[in-house]
Amino acid sequence: MAEKVLMKGNEVLAEAALRAGCRFFFGYPITPQTELAAYMSKRMPKVGGTYLQAESEVAAINMVYGAAAAGARVMTSSSSPGISLKGEGVSYMAGADLPGVIINVQRGGPGLGGIQPSQSDYWQATRALGHGDFQMIVFAPSTVQEMADCAFDAFDAADKYRMPVMILADGMLGQMMEPVKLPEPRESAPEKPWATTGHQNKRAHNIVNSLYLQAEDLERYNRERFERYDYIKEHEQRAEEYLVEDADIVIVAFGASARVARSAVMSAREKGIKAGLIRPITLWPFPTKTIEAACSHAKHFLSVEMNMGQMVDDVRLAVNGRVPVHFFGRTGGVIPTPPEVLAEIEKLNGKAGE
Amino acid sequence: MTETAKETKVVFERPHSLLPVVTNYCPGCTHGIVNRLVAETMDELDIEGKTVGIAPVGCSVMCYDFFGCDMIEAAHGRAPAVATAVKRVLGPDSVVFAYQGDGDLASIGMAETVHAATRGEHITIIFINNAIYGMTGGQMAPTSLPNQVTQTSPYGRDVSTAGYPIRVCELLSSLDGVAYLERVTVDTPANIRKAKKAIKKAFQNQVDGVGYSLVEVVATCPTNWGMTPQDAFKWMRENMLPYYPLGVYKDVVADGYANAAEAAAARAADCPIASGSQGGAQ
Amino acid sequence: MATQSMVLAGFGGQGILFAGKLIAYAGLIEGREVSWLPSYGPEMRGGTANCSVTLSDEAIGSPLVVEPMVLMALNQPSLDKFVNAVLPDGIILADSAMVPNIPEVDGVKVCALPATTMAEEAGLKGLANVIMVGRLFAETGFCKRETLDAAIEKCVPPKKAAMIEKNKQALEIGIQSAQ
Repeated sequence: MAEKVLMKGNEVLAEAALRAGCRFFFGYPITPQTELAAYMSKRMPKVGGTYLQAESEVAAINMVYGAAAAGARVMTSSSSPGISLKGEGVSYMAGADLPGVIINVQRGGPGLGGIQPSQSDYWQATRALGHGDFQMIVFAPSTVQEMADCAFDAFDAADKYRMPVMILADGMLGQMMEPVKLPEPRESAPEKPWATTGHQNKRAHNIVNSLYLQAEDLERYNRERFERYDYIKEHEQRAEEYLVEDADIVIVAFGASARVARSAVMSAREKGIKAGLIRPITLWPFPTKTIEAACSHAKHFLSVEMNMGQMVDDVRLAVNGRVPVHFFGRTGGVIPTPPEVLAEIEKLNGKAGE
Repeated sequence: MTETAKETKVVFERPHSLLPVVTNYCPGCTHGIVNRLVAETMDELDIEGKTVGIAPVGCSVMCYDFFGCDMIEAAHGRAPAVATAVKRVLGPDSVVFAYQGDGDLASIGMAETVHAATRGEHITIIFINNAIYGMTGGQMAPTSLPNQVTQTSPYGRDVSTAGYPIRVCELLSSLDGVAYLERVTVDTPANIRKAKKAIKKAFQNQVDGVGYSLVEVVATCPTNWGMTPQDAFKWMRENMLPYYPLGVYKDVVADGYANAAEAAAARAADCPIASGSQGGAQ
Repeated sequence: MATQSMVLAGFGGQGILFAGKLIAYAGLIEGREVSWLPSYGPEMRGGTANCSVTLSDEAIGSPLVVEPMVLMALNQPSLDKFVNAVLPDGIILADSAMVPNIPEVDGVKVCALPATTMAEEAGLKGLANVIMVGRLFAETGFCKRETLDAAIEKCVPPKKAAMIEKNKQALEIGIQSAQ
């Protein structure tokens, strides 16, 4: 069995991607994801892969588009402002049904924002990273170990559903070290008969394309894609539940803020408050089933985020008016503390008895 | 090959690499000629099966339906980035080309153009310069001439506010990664033959591993210029060719080098770190 | 053993992050839950640096230590910044060669040792950070003694193998300073 090692989240994402068979990485420097690209630049040449520092995020994501079209397992990584630039290519990937993995090690925004950890790209990741009718699968790891594991899941899901998949991390997860057991390398990329690899005079030409000038054609392709999305919503929702079973106050939090929330839940339980935590692992598809199930006993939902309140929209949609939904967040790069979250829980607990 | 009767002789036929489909090009448009020259080249070099073409955004956006090789439609301006990755994935035995217009290549995609060139990507770029955005209906392009009237320069391109046109071959000729640059046109049979030679060389360079090659085709847009095809050629000869002189702008092989890398090394011979005579900076 | 939360702080270049990594690796070797979180950004480029380290027998929630049980301060601004955050019954270790003003704090044990000077005198320039870790071990026993040596072997890159002995020497100096 592999030994546990201490590694930074950013480096683990890179190493796990390599072990998942990724041999092409296109990036551009930005804090706080730089270690990921640096790790790739060191390791890719040793495993016969390609690391290329593109001239821009725009070029990098279009290189991802090209490599994916040619059938490769390919990845890019950036942080919030750079991800905005990738929106173009991600939309084209969705439109052309191309698989690829995009990593966002989030920092505060809008604009140049800051460089400290943030979750303020939730809307961008789950709603509209680019124009048009499309979604990405979004994984939100909460530990360094989970970063390693979800890198494999991200590549597999991308290939299975032929769509872009995002791993939404943040500066805290990217920079921190935790013990991690790296997954064994796997050579498992599926056959891609649709890829533009040169037809070798053996088949009709393949075309990778997102252009449909006939409105009815485009509508048909979009509908087909959304049927796939429906299947994904049914089968790929993932969440972890912590002390939710009997909870009066159910916190919903993902990624770094879920770690803070978990500490607060533990403290609340020590004080005799029935608090629990639902931690979405997939942000799209959002784990609505888990939220709905908790509505039977929860008196309050509390969405804890490192932003001004974004995921809380999805919590409200899932709760659908059955139970009050509240929000607590810090933003701009400030990480909420467990006592702050505990104070919110205590406030709601007071209300619960009213 | 089709069976032909004994007394008939085939003197002209559709290249295999050009599919039997109707194009979306306007009557008199030069895209059709250049599409054909690219397809003839693929046939003659017998590379259709290992070629991947990248279509741009612009009038030739749908050339993915015209060429018989595998094709990718890229976002506006990003064809060189897409081509870079495809070539890196498929390796030196593949052939990758991008077919781009002036707005795509020299405006929105200039960063991708310059950086693919300076990286010396082993790709071939076919660049159609007709000094106008055709697909969107005739707006000013990065290569529109001073005083040229377009939909978005209705009083003529005013260089004091819109700046000057970009001479792409001249611009790229300073880059070490570039192996071959030539500007041609397709207004006469003689010029079409010259253009064919240049395009074939640009593909042959890739097959031979010589380096990044770009052929700029000075072209017309009768529709958006508001002229007959013949008048458009006349206008092109009178106005565009003096601004964009035809000719070879770089050819490392003609200069006596095996490839772009060798030429670049010779140019940097006096720089210790670049020539590898000293360890890299830490 | 309960959860141990620590903040290590100093100037960039004093080996703060390395000291934190050493402690984290000791926890890992003993099979505990561990987290190590550095400050990042402009600090990396010559300003102050700090890192949060947590060792625990349970899953670690927030890796950001706001109220440390241990503060290791290698310069004055770092001590000033975190001194009031240390939990009651906590401990502050300060390199008195670098931190001229070390206050008394009610309910907190304060250990001052001139680690930078001690390192220089022992021919171990640059290893004040490891001397401090040795002292931290002597004061808190956050791991087994032999684990510390094993952690050094994990943290010093193979190509700097010559540094392993020096690091172990520095550890011992720190441990002995508590006598």
